[in-house]
Amino acid sequence: MLHRTLIKDHLQEQNVFRRRALVAAVVCLLLIFVLFIRLFNLQVLEHKHFNKLSENNRVRLMAIAPNRGLIYDRNGVILAENRPSYRLEVTPEQVEDMDWLLTELGQLVELDESTLKRFRKAIKRSRPFEAIPLRTALSDDEVARLAVNRHKYAGMDISARLSRFYPQGKSAVHVMGYVGRIDEDELKIVDQTQYAGTSHIGKTGLERFYEDELHGKVGHQSVEVNVQGRILRVLEKKQPVPGNNLILSLDTRLQSVAEKSLEDYNGAAVVMNPNNGEILALVSMPIYDPNLFVHGIALKDYQRLQNPDTRPMYNRALYGQYPPGSTIKQFVGLAGLESKVIGHKMTIPCEGFYMLPNEERRYRDWKKTGHGHVDLQDALAESCDVYYYELANRLGIDRIHDFMQKFGFGKPTGVDIQGEKGGLLPSREWKMRTRNKIWFPGETLIAGIGQGYVLATPMQLASATSILAMRGKGYRPRLLNEIFDPATGESRVKEPVPLPEIKLNRPQNWDHVIKGMVNVVHSIRGTARSSGIGLKFKMAGKTGTAQVFGVAQDAEYDEDTIAKKLRDHALFVAFAPADKPEIAIAVIAENGGSGSSVAAPIVRKILDTWLQTKE
Amino acid sequence: MIGDSGFGNNNKEHSFSIKLVQMLHLDPLLLMGILLLSTAGLVVLYSAGDQSMSLINKQITRLFLAFIIMLILAHVSPTALRFWSPWIYSIGIILLILVLTVGDMGKGAQRWLDLGFVRFQPSEMMKLATPMMLAWYFSDKPLPPRFKHLLVAAVLLLLPTLLIAKQPDLGTALIIFAAGFLVVFLAGLSWRIMVFLGISGAALLPVLWHYMHDYQRNRVLTFLNPESDPLGTGYHIIQSKIAIGSGGIYGRGWLNGSQSHLDFLPEQSTDFIFAVFAEEFGLIGGMFLLALYIFIILRGLVIAVQAQDSYGRLLGGSISVTFFVYLFVNVGMVSGILPVVGVPLPLISYGGTSMVTLMASFGILMSINTHRRIWAR
Repeated sequence: MLHRTLIKDHLQEQNVFRRRALVAAVVCLLLIFVLFIRLFNLQVLEHKHFNKLSENNRVRLMAIAPNRGLIYDRNGVILAENRPSYRLEVTPEQVEDMDWLLTELGQLVELDESTLKRFRKAIKRSRPFEAIPLRTALSDDEVARLAVNRHKYAGMDISARLSRFYPQGKSAVHVMGYVGRIDEDELKIVDQTQYAGTSHIGKTGLERFYEDELHGKVGHQSVEVNVQGRILRVLEKKQPVPGNNLILSLDTRLQSVAEKSLEDYNGAAVVMNPNNGEILALVSMPIYDPNLFVHGIALKDYQRLQNPDTRPMYNRALYGQYPPGSTIKQFVGLAGLESKVIGHKMTIPCEGFYMLPNEERRYRDWKKTGHGHVDLQDALAESCDVYYYELANRLGIDRIHDFMQKFGFGKPTGVDIQGEKGGLLPSREWKMRTRNKIWFPGETLIAGIGQGYVLATPMQLASATSILAMRGKGYRPRLLNEIFDPATGESRVKEPVPLPEIKLNRPQNWDHVIKGMVNVVHSIRGTARSSGIGLKFKMAGKTGTAQVFGVAQDAEYDEDTIAKKLRDHALFVAFAPADKPEIAIAVIAENGGSGSSVAAPIVRKILDTWLQTKE
Repeated sequence: MIGDSGFGNNNKEHSFSIKLVQMLHLDPLLLMGILLLSTAGLVVLYSAGDQSMSLINKQITRLFLAFIIMLILAHVSPTALRFWSPWIYSIGIILLILVLTVGDMGKGAQRWLDLGFVRFQPSEMMKLATPMMLAWYFSDKPLPPRFKHLLVAAVLLLLPTLLIAKQPDLGTALIIFAAGFLVVFLAGLSWRIMVFLGISGAALLPVLWHYMHDYQRNRVLTFLNPESDPLGTGYHIIQSKIAIGSGGIYGRGWLNGSQSHLDFLPEQSTDFIFAVFAEEFGLIGGMFLLALYIFIILRGLVIAVQAQDSYGRLLGGSISVTFFVYLFVNVGMVSGILPVVGVPLPLISYGGTSMVTLMASFGILMSINTHRRIWAR
């Protein structure tokens, strides 16, 4: 205490404080004087100006939602547009008794519980003078009833707005996606100013992926209103900038033919141009009507879409991960040639089954009697399993993994729709990491014929087939060709995005494999020979029949006795013309039974339509 | 001093009042200022809240609660307060870190700590704890402060400021920084250092800009050019300027503000309540309100000057001038000379937490004043 008093000079400290407090007081007074000057300015000098503003402050600023961009297919067929629809709006500040009004309106139009709940929520987060939509998509009758009774209800209004419409209905729904009302979570993410007048936002598909392009920029208008808040005239208007139009690579005709030919199945088809990655058709069956979602889907409609057997809302082309079965044999064959574990002329005897040394288990061929001595091209044409068991065994899983990875297996292709799945390309390292188990040689065999752990989406199969067709020079698949800005008239054409080129040590290996695929369609013993009849050019393809459940050792496999759900998936991948590819296709029909009798004819139908559209 | 307070004519009554006031450790002048201001607040709140009695009742309940806290703090002697200062500060810092890690998100910012039974805003507590801590720190140091002491003080000041700015709550961070800095200033921070800080502060502005949240940047941008965002933040400023300006010299009269009643004005019961006041009571009313504030601030400074130790002086001085900072930032914002930062108009804006803090700080001022007298005897 003592030495503190020695260095602390109380009197001096008090003086310092006194001076500082005085400074503080003077500064405070000066700043208060600044505030006074400001108030004097606003209230005396500019009073007239502000008074006028205030008198005229029946002037309100309202956001104007921009028109959402339109979506066209490659030939200019419109896929998504905006059509006027009527909606009932209520402006809370003009309503004396909200409960009364809602009951009254409930007698004129249908207002269910969830509509009312959403409306009450919207009241809380809006300014009281903002008109809040109560009901959308009013029918003509409802509009008429409301219009007649309008004078009784202050604060109620009917407005015509543009709302999204998909003129093609169900077709291409999985590509387009749909818009729906902005929900709570989306409200937190979106730019509050830009979405001030917007009620809908892209929920899935392209509508979601290209939301930023489609939305446009908000406009606003100052309007003069009377004391009740009704708009008298528009004083000033800043037009919104409409969203950009999208022009897709999709071909509506091809799309609907693909849909039609797959309509008996749950399944998917992807058609693309291997020369630039443009997707011409992307089908997931069954399809549903996106227009149901625009004004809020009715519960019973929604429940129908939740059918666990068909799951219409599930985009099988991008999210469906299937065992690819024999449709990957050409890649495994190519891996074998490149690693020199086989030569393209080398033959392997097939007796209908394969056995690993020191193992009892018989790995069966689909053909019980066997294929005899087959080389690579025969093995592709006839889809000999034993050949690929042997080949896979020689390669080992890691070489298969490393080679097939280059064709995009095991990761999403990067197509422009959210949430695409990456399939599964197994490896030793993968199994140890995810299951903490070592890899068994038998697993390599079944991976070699696209079964076991291997999974791929139809999108991946189409993309990999394209890369093979182009002899390694693939392009990233995409749906969008061009973005057109209707405000400036400028258009941005999307350039094809080349994938890293796959270079083979021996480029003639491409020809060996592609020859084998041509034989699938055009040779006497080819599994898809019936789909090649009458074709004016050579098509290269590969059938696949993927097991959904394992058949016990030596058990008889009788298709008729097996419930449809357990029947094999039918697959077919193809490209054409074989020497100068212009189109690549992947098709899967769930529980279709067999690739050659179900999937290949579907591909042929698509191909025929494509030829017609080309001519 | 007490004789000036103008309580009653009767001598007997007069001495009773003195006794009561002394017993409660109240300062009659300060009390009078507070009561007048709160009353004015209730009057304008009645109008701003569209004549809703429930709003008024809630505000009265809050005032009452805050008043009790003031009475309690007036009873705590400055010596005890000084003793507890570092503890309160440390707990506050810990709570702030907790808020950042486990706090609730409200309006995109983490401010609240849910203690199960009550939601609590630690940043509010730091508005008092920070100047208390700094006053405690300087209370046994030689003043004006040495350089090394200033460095420690800077850490004590910047720690809570940055933690709160990170929540992000720019308004509160600003108030806390001001409250703490005022302690250092009143302790005798040399003018040379202040000029240096001013210059380097200006140089650091671009850096600050870099670390700001988008909504904060928007506010600054909108402040610089309100027309750029007439649908968002700019709307607030434009409408509130119209409200103030249209009030004129005499105002439109109580309950007659068209801006406020047609709901053009945003947050009219809370941060923008001054605009309602100015619209209805005009320049005259505004001057009266400013005068009341000046009265309270000056009275607070007088109490601080008369305090007998440096803890009381520094804390009292900081509390008084911080009260002014509230006023200046709020009125500056509402009248469009400062950017929109969420600072309430003290004792008038509708709302609970800041009311309690303010009244607590007045309790401390009264404690500094009244305990001094007893001690002096």
